[in-house]
Amino acid sequence: MTAALLSVTNLAKSFRGLHAVQDVSLDVAEGSITALIGPNGAGKTTIFNMIAGVFAPSAGDITMAGSSIRGYRPDQVCKAGIGRTFQIVRPFPALTVLDNVVIGALAHDNSVARARARARDVLKLLGLDGLRGQIASSLTLPDRKRLEVARALATGPKLLLLDEVMAGLRPGETDEMVGVFQTLNRESGLTILLIEHVMRAVMALSQTIHVLNHGRLIASGAPADVVRDPQVLEVYLGEEEAV
Amino acid sequence: MIATILDDLPLRERIALAVLLAFLVALPSVASDYWLSVVLIILYFAYVGQAWNLMMGIAGQLSLGHALYVGLGAYTAAALYVHFQLPPAIGLFVSMLIAAGAATVIGLLAFRFGIGGVYFALLTIAFAEFTRLAFSHFEWVGAMAGFFLPVENRAESDLINLRGSPVMFYYVILTLGVAAAVLVRLLAASRLGYYWLAIREDQEAAQASGVNTFAYKMIAVTISAAMTALGGVFLAFYYNNLFPSDIFGIHRSIEIILAPIIGGLGTFFGPVFGAFVLGLLGEGLTSAVEQTGIQTAGVKQLVYALVLLVIIKFVPGGLWPRVARSMGLGRRRDEP
Amino acid sequence: MSFEFVANVAIGGLLTGLVYALMALGLSVIFGVIRVVNFAHGEMAVLAMFAAFLLHQATGLDPVYAIPAVAAGLFVVGYLMQRHLVAPFVTRPEHEQFILLLAVAVLTTNGLLIVFGPEARGVILDYSFDSYAIGPLIIDKTKAIAAVTAFLAAMGLLLFFRYTRTGKAIRACADNLTGAQVVGMNVQRLYALTFGLGLACVGVAGCLLILIVEATPVLGPELTLLAFIIVIVGGLGSLAGALFGGVLIGMSEALAGIVVSPSMKSMVSFALLIVVLAVRPEGLLGKRRA
Repeated sequence: MTAALLSVTNLAKSFRGLHAVQDVSLDVAEGSITALIGPNGAGKTTIFNMIAGVFAPSAGDITMAGSSIRGYRPDQVCKAGIGRTFQIVRPFPALTVLDNVVIGALAHDNSVARARARARDVLKLLGLDGLRGQIASSLTLPDRKRLEVARALATGPKLLLLDEVMAGLRPGETDEMVGVFQTLNRESGLTILLIEHVMRAVMALSQTIHVLNHGRLIASGAPADVVRDPQVLEVYLGEEEAV
Repeated sequence: MIATILDDLPLRERIALAVLLAFLVALPSVASDYWLSVVLIILYFAYVGQAWNLMMGIAGQLSLGHALYVGLGAYTAAALYVHFQLPPAIGLFVSMLIAAGAATVIGLLAFRFGIGGVYFALLTIAFAEFTRLAFSHFEWVGAMAGFFLPVENRAESDLINLRGSPVMFYYVILTLGVAAAVLVRLLAASRLGYYWLAIREDQEAAQASGVNTFAYKMIAVTISAAMTALGGVFLAFYYNNLFPSDIFGIHRSIEIILAPIIGGLGTFFGPVFGAFVLGLLGEGLTSAVEQTGIQTAGVKQLVYALVLLVIIKFVPGGLWPRVARSMGLGRRRDEP
Repeated sequence: MSFEFVANVAIGGLLTGLVYALMALGLSVIFGVIRVVNFAHGEMAVLAMFAAFLLHQATGLDPVYAIPAVAAGLFVVGYLMQRHLVAPFVTRPEHEQFILLLAVAVLTTNGLLIVFGPEARGVILDYSFDSYAIGPLIIDKTKAIAAVTAFLAAMGLLLFFRYTRTGKAIRACADNLTGAQVVGMNVQRLYALTFGLGLACVGVAGCLLILIVEATPVLGPELTLLAFIIVIVGGLGSLAGALFGGVLIGMSEALAGIVVSPSMKSMVSFALLIVVLAVRPEGLLGKRRA
């Protein structure tokens, strides 16, 4: 059994009486690609935000590589080795593609020169190097998503949190992104935890799937098992994600 | 180091800068005393405008109370000189420290307690007004009646004590201005500069990318305040008198923001250009109005406000970017 | 310092505070609905004060009776300002909006300075030095009239928002802009009406202020700041908050004036602002923003 890189134990979050997340425990094995799925409002992004340090849990703990990161600020979480993308893409709009990634790279390295070099490498990895002089806001949606991934990668994370990164992409673009992540996972051992609605991507990528509903974990396991789980089927009520 | 500063500047810009600098350095030998004082004040506003720009363009916080730092810097150095004979060359460090302290408090309130936008702007106004009132009752530095520095020795140049001729003061402010410009350029190319850009663009995304936004905003705020305080020290020793209602006044805070906004927020040369435009416009106005006999002060401010209105409505990015483009001096962040 | 003296000062502060509250109410309405920060608010109040002063000079009209004309005039100013100047700025970066209104403020102040000069102008009426005696308390007639009128105006505004169709439409815009647009409300017109209403409040307040305070062009920034302090301390978007804040600030400034020196009384308000912003930014009576 591979060691858990990220561990979430009895995690809970309430917003003024609304229990968004209740008693969720899950592990993300090192080097794995794990998916978090569930209907809208199930609490997936809330869990992400707690891991990423956007707000603190009401209860429970989060450990990364053995040490607790509960209550860490987002920049501290980044330094602890977790990179993230946002549900609605947020590159730095007025900056160039290169500068966007340089900022990420600077989390890893104090020297601007070395950060620039590193940024170029990451951009090449994601096929964005040709666009490096372009202003981020002028990019197409798929390119902006890749830019955000590049920026997160440049910080040198051990774990990458992807928040609905496939949303708004056409099937061909989705497949491209899936390929990128598979390569990253295979070649650099990057651990990935993703929230996703696009089942095509979930099935293609994940080795483990956790299903959330109403803030609780209702199923966990290998993709083939989870999609046959009666509880999961009930929750989705036979809804096929039209892809 | 010169290489770093001039790094991504194309040749045209280097020449333009050199010409401007040469002109400014040579000015005292050709200009009348009156015009020298005009350009001196222009340079002062270019300098504090640049300092203010740091807080606005980077930390993204609109400070409408920057006169606070001018006043704190001015009074500190002046008081130390008059009461303890401490030369301003040393006193300025105390000035900067005190201003940085004030900025730290304001910064903490803004960033730790999450007071932003309009509330932050109001906070800065309130702090400046509070301090103005406090100094109006501060007997040790003259309270409302004003604080006066002994004027002597106008012929010789005493840099340590900032006593000397107008020409000396001119070169002091010119040096300050150039030093500030150099500092800003160096910072812009550094990790600090990149992080500042990130914060200005999107704070949450910056945080997710490992930027401790709180720390870096505090740095911007304190550097801005310290720089401004230095301008205050200059003013104190140039004018040799200080009045709380004048130096801390809200009209002074508004004056400070005019040049950077009209010239171009967040741009490097904007505050300088804006300062020259406003300064020369002011001179033109003064001579035109003096002949008609209307309230000069009111007209000047009115026209400035009108210019501000027109600029913010039609050219919110400021005049300099357009002028630069038409002069073929475009600034782009170039690829390596 | 006798109890009567302190009580009289406090009452005076309370009454003046109600007038300030009305001015602040205008600001709260504008900010609460349109989300525009009217940095020119105080300057508009000074404009109203000078308008009332002019009317009195020309016709001997009691500023209280000048209210309909001045309020109407300021309503028009507000309507036009929002419609033609401010409207395009609602989507622009916040600081550009501030600067726009700041420019309007400086324009107004200096315009007044050029026309009227810097001297203080007051309005003396035949009852300006009268007072009511209620038990041990002595209440200035001008302050009493001003306060009552201000309170009535505030109530009028409340009734407008609570019971008229337009008032409810405006509240709908404030509550849920998208929803209002979806049901076909003419948001631009409602915004302009709101700004007009906000400045109309200021118009009324200005007419009342000139009874109590002298008008100078440079009073603008002070009043703007005061309006903001009241709104922030009392709570944005809360009518009761504006009234409460006004009274609180009015009284504390008056009392501070006798405890410390009169010229330092504003320091209390500033200190209160700083504390409230730090500790309870939604104001003492405001609703917490999600």
